[in-house]
Amino acid sequence: MDDLSGFWNTARGDSVRRGGLTLALALPGLLCLVVFLAAPCVSLVLLSTATRGEFGNIQWTFTLENYKRLIGFNLFGWSPDFLLIMLRSLREAFFTTAACVLLSYPLSFYIASRKSVFERFVWLVMLTVPFCTNVVIRTYAWQLILGPANPLAKLASLLSLQPPGAPLYPGFFAVYLGMITTFLPFTALPLYASIERMNWWLPLAAKDLYADRWMVFKQAILPQTVHGLYVGVVITFVPAMAMYVVTDILGGAKYMFVGNIIQHQFSQARDWPFGAAISIALMALTLLSFALFKTSRLTRKGEMY
Amino acid sequence: MRRFRMSLPLSMIAWFCIFLLYVPSAAVVFFSVNDTRYGLSWRGLTLDWYRKLFGNEYILEAARNSLIVALVSTLIATVIGTALALGLHRMKKPGVIDLLVNLPIVVPDIIMAVALTMAFSFLRAFSSLFDMGFFTLIAGHVTFQISFVALTVRSRLATMDQDLELAAKDLNARPAYGFTRVTLPLLAPAILAGAMLAFTLSLDDFIISFFTHGPDSVTLPIFIFASVKRGVTPEIHALSTVMLTATVALIIVAERLASALGSRSRKAAKKGLSAVKAA
Repeated sequence: MDDLSGFWNTARGDSVRRGGLTLALALPGLLCLVVFLAAPCVSLVLLSTATRGEFGNIQWTFTLENYKRLIGFNLFGWSPDFLLIMLRSLREAFFTTAACVLLSYPLSFYIASRKSVFERFVWLVMLTVPFCTNVVIRTYAWQLILGPANPLAKLASLLSLQPPGAPLYPGFFAVYLGMITTFLPFTALPLYASIERMNWWLPLAAKDLYADRWMVFKQAILPQTVHGLYVGVVITFVPAMAMYVVTDILGGAKYMFVGNIIQHQFSQARDWPFGAAISIALMALTLLSFALFKTSRLTRKGEMY
Repeated sequence: MRRFRMSLPLSMIAWFCIFLLYVPSAAVVFFSVNDTRYGLSWRGLTLDWYRKLFGNEYILEAARNSLIVALVSTLIATVIGTALALGLHRMKKPGVIDLLVNLPIVVPDIIMAVALTMAFSFLRAFSSLFDMGFFTLIAGHVTFQISFVALTVRSRLATMDQDLELAAKDLNARPAYGFTRVTLPLLAPAILAGAMLAFTLSLDDFIISFFTHGPDSVTLPIFIFASVKRGVTPEIHALSTVMLTATVALIIVAERLASALGSRSRKAAKKGLSAVKAA
């Protein structure tokens, strides 16, 4: 095999010197990733069992106090504040992802249905530009649109959904609007990639067999696009769960999310051990959601396909 | 592939998506040329805010910082990331190392920011280099950029034709010579794509910069975020419009460069091969 492998592959660990070259090439990058990322991630676990000293310093005592605090036990008894924030983040990430998937299917199909290559290219660029646009800009822009003098807020007060002269932010509506518009390209781009590669004879055959629209989608389209869907859901859900910018600018202090309390613990509150505990909880929740998603009937079916 | 017709309601959803995606940017552009400081109604066209923008030294400094950080970190990450991809490609069982390289992509960015903060505060005990500032900011950016460069280059390594490399090998080219003359030109489009991706990610990044910057290294996204907290002025709309335009320009340039290099890379490698033959 080695003889057939390319020029660069020929060296596959056959002599010490070349093995050394492999290591030397990979070393700077690996060192950077270990020192700045992997090691601190592991030490987050240790840090989460420490306590905050009087001046925000870290005292290395082994305790589960931070986790107790996270599930609501504090000096004054029990309050579900932090649990509610976790739950809110989970719900927000879930609905954002769901909305993005629901919008991405028609959007990706529409792009795939364009006949000229150029037209499809233009649509893809239209999705890529917001994907690369700074999230701070795109988020504060919603503040402008939802401002009290603009049509949307006026309409809301006309329907007496809110007092006249008030902006539509901060609030859930604003947060979801910001979240969905931030993540739509994340879901749509991978989904489009798998729709573009789809075998179109299958849905047509299903239609010939008198399957209704839902059955055509469920049996002939979904299993073929489940890989792109999976990638899209992952790269939407993970950052949505940990979002800071959108929830901070459009949610405000009244609607805290996990990302916001982590940031708070590491800055103003100077309580790193508690921040570490929340970070670990966030990672655990994210991983758990994926375990559930991966074993769900929908994805299993796609793998069987 | 067979093209098909979309029903009207579904097509309308597609257009609605694009509408949702572009309404915010359109609003920013609109208000950046609106001749009023406070109100949100149209008072006529003005370019005043742009003139003020280019006279605002804080904004200019933030722009300079952003560019310096993006350029320096992209340069470092492209070299380290390409080397990492080459190294990974030669390993028999990358296993754990693969996981490590994917870490910046799967870890939520706020956790990554927290991890970097911890690493720097620990290292600060040994060197003042790790006081929050340009160095930490660049180190943070490089850490997440490496992965994106490495993955882009690696996928090219895995899929590219090996005929030219094999020919160079048959001609008994010395490894280093054959590598620079044949392999590197073949990899060039992927390296460039990785670098462009790294550059955009760095310019765009907010949360990691927010955690790792110092008072002397405020970047544009941080500056805009701080202004949003204080209350936005029309100069910020003008600044955002300039940044939006730059993003679009960057995407177009990247697209052009990629297609130009893509068609030329094989030619360059063939030229390299004839140099090998002559040697």
